[in-house]
Amino acid sequence: MSIIIDQNKNVIVQGITGREGQARTTLMLGYGTKVVAGCTPGKKGQDVLGVPVFDTVPEAQAHTRERHGGDVDISVILVPAKFVKGAAIEAIEAGVRTLVLVPDRVPVWDAMEIAACARQHGAQFVGPNTLGVISPGKAVVGMIGGKAESARAWFKPGNVGVISRSGGMSSSTAYYLGKAGIGTSTICHIGGDSVLGMRIPDVALMFQNDPETKAIVIFGEIGGSMEEDLAQLMVERRVTKPVVAYIGGKAAKEGTRFSHAGAIIEGGRGTHAGKVKALTEAGAVVVESFGDLPEATARVVGALR
Amino acid sequence: MARLHEYQGKRLLSDAGLATPRGGVARTPDEAQRIASDVGGRVVVKIQAWTTGRKAMGGVRFADTPQQARDLARDMLAMKVGNFPVEQVLIEECLDIAEELFVSLSINDRERQPMLLLAATGGSGIEQRAEQVRRVSCPVKTGPAETEIRSFLATTPIDRGLHDRLHASIRAVFEVARKHEARSVEINPLVTTKDGRVLAADCRMTIDDYAVFRHPDLGIEIARELDHPPTPLERIAYAAEQRDHRGTFYFAQLNTAAAPGTRGLVGFHGAGGGGSMMSMDALTAEKFTIANFTDTSGNPSASKVYRAARVILQQPGLCGYFGSGSGVASQEQIWSAYGLAKAFWELNLSIPAVIRLGGNSEDRAVDILQRACEGLPGIVEGYRKDDTPKAIAHRFAELVEASLKAGVEPWKPRRTRVPNYVGSGKSYDIAGGRVWINPSNDAATACRAAELSMKALKAEGAALLPAMEAEEFAKRDSELIACEVECRMAGLDALFVELDVDGM
Repeated sequence: MSIIIDQNKNVIVQGITGREGQARTTLMLGYGTKVVAGCTPGKKGQDVLGVPVFDTVPEAQAHTRERHGGDVDISVILVPAKFVKGAAIEAIEAGVRTLVLVPDRVPVWDAMEIAACARQHGAQFVGPNTLGVISPGKAVVGMIGGKAESARAWFKPGNVGVISRSGGMSSSTAYYLGKAGIGTSTICHIGGDSVLGMRIPDVALMFQNDPETKAIVIFGEIGGSMEEDLAQLMVERRVTKPVVAYIGGKAAKEGTRFSHAGAIIEGGRGTHAGKVKALTEAGAVVVESFGDLPEATARVVGALR
Repeated sequence: MARLHEYQGKRLLSDAGLATPRGGVARTPDEAQRIASDVGGRVVVKIQAWTTGRKAMGGVRFADTPQQARDLARDMLAMKVGNFPVEQVLIEECLDIAEELFVSLSINDRERQPMLLLAATGGSGIEQRAEQVRRVSCPVKTGPAETEIRSFLATTPIDRGLHDRLHASIRAVFEVARKHEARSVEINPLVTTKDGRVLAADCRMTIDDYAVFRHPDLGIEIARELDHPPTPLERIAYAAEQRDHRGTFYFAQLNTAAAPGTRGLVGFHGAGGGGSMMSMDALTAEKFTIANFTDTSGNPSASKVYRAARVILQQPGLCGYFGSGSGVASQEQIWSAYGLAKAFWELNLSIPAVIRLGGNSEDRAVDILQRACEGLPGIVEGYRKDDTPKAIAHRFAELVEASLKAGVEPWKPRRTRVPNYVGSGKSYDIAGGRVWINPSNDAATACRAAELSMKALKAEGAALLPAMEAEEFAKRDSELIACEVECRMAGLDALFVELDVDGM
């Protein structure tokens, strides 16, 4: 198994005819993702790389039920940031239960409205500002890996789940783990924003319930309370699989932002020291240097055998 | 987050029906005197600055006469808070305060909705009294429940007769936050006066960076948090970012001189937030001072990377240029290589550059960068995903040491070199610039250039022409930059892409 995405999930792409939509659909199809339909208002009847395009998500949903014998499982949203809210709500209201919101710069009040809508309909989402999710050897949603042949070369299937707050570092983490002989069940970039659909603890609980995942590797960052919340789940024994973590941004000053909107210390909360302490006390292995992550993970995984 | 000054926030509150003290904002002592005289009686003069503890630094003072207000304003307008000069003071009536409340709205990442913090005593030091704070969740559509606010008010000593107005005021804070897409609003304190009024005595508000485009009325110039007023280079970088939405370009100036005991000042060019932070740590460990934080990522165009390099190299005194991100980038790295190669050639880079181009097409990217920069006075080296930030930072230190030993001067910003047909030959518009065709091209040169243009150009005899409609051609800036760099490597001067960097 794996979490969120595998080769059997029916995936649609909203914004499939755009520059990003076409590029990411090429990756997803090439890697084995079952992309069943795409949506772009006004482009019904076209096709992108053989994937039929519809005006609306309900039309794509109807097509999927008729041709693929089931619902759309996941929608990957690749529309400009200001249109993400409308696209996401359309998908949720059409019965799509998992969304992947790739665009950067989605306004935070839009993200909160999407979250409210998702809660009301029992849906969930990854992002915004996510590179996506990949289950090595199975399927990918979003743009992680960039090209199918790169994704195949970089990520090895295995038993470690990766959760990252940084897009580039989710690829790096999994790549360096792979070089150390450690494969991954699923790699999830949760997104760099401050309001996210799936936070580290949510994904950790999914890995906890995934029989294939034996250990969890976290690339955390300063800011917010996600790492502390994961530590709390570990204390409560709701996450019992071993956790290995690196927390970035040790040198960052309070109140200064380095790219990720979520990576900012506000009012003394979300500090590097606070996160390291919470996770360590909860029993996680927290490495000081990113370069130590593969070896620390190898030790933890080795001890399980 | 884009921060608003107290007086700006108060205007928004007042528009939403939350009363604020009578008064106005002044930029000169004369204005301050006039406002104080209009307000009448004793007034408070407050510096408008993004800081806490204004009172302790003499930034909040009282005046009994307009002349006194004028003198205070004169002193305050000469103050500096951190790196920010004080540019405005707020003059307001003095309030005869009965009770104070602390009201703050922020975005709660755990609940994915706003949260109000309410406390019975306002004033300073609220952070230390966290246990007395009431937390009220605010569903994004409906806002805080009236019953929760009223049950909080019931715990305060405030006269029940004022509860309706206090409830409306707290509700107004949520409405203002929603309307203007604030990330935080803090009213510290919300006061009741002895004559029975309810007013916001202070206001700190930040607006969501990503929503600033929907609120031009707020007049926010640069929607990024910095610990200093935007520098000219930051303004140039911000304008470049606003005009090209392919990928992300983030730029902040950190230092203008090397710190004592360090090897020198480095131009930093990261790719991706997480990897950039780690790469900066590696540079710091090698005892460099970092001049700026730059991040081009999210599949940027070649012209975006070019402009980032131009902005970085507008900083004098650099001993080198260091580029490194996550190292395993999903984006196509050749575009970054072309953008950097073009900027380095135009500026005839004389200081060493180490660039980690790990990720998709890294072999091609490294090859492009190194070959295109072969003739430059500065050494330019490209690296891949299996080269760690630590290792390349060490290599960079070696190159910088060698360059210093050889007597290479610190970087001086300079004019770009351009071929002599720029400005006179035939040109075609592209996004943010134009491509100039060398009038001396022969048929063989035109033909070869067209082959290297990724189908953007076609050759007709010795003429080199756009291979598509003008609108489509304008979007091929990355391909044309690639073509220019490839032509130069092939020993051909067939065309030149002139990219505007507004403000430079």
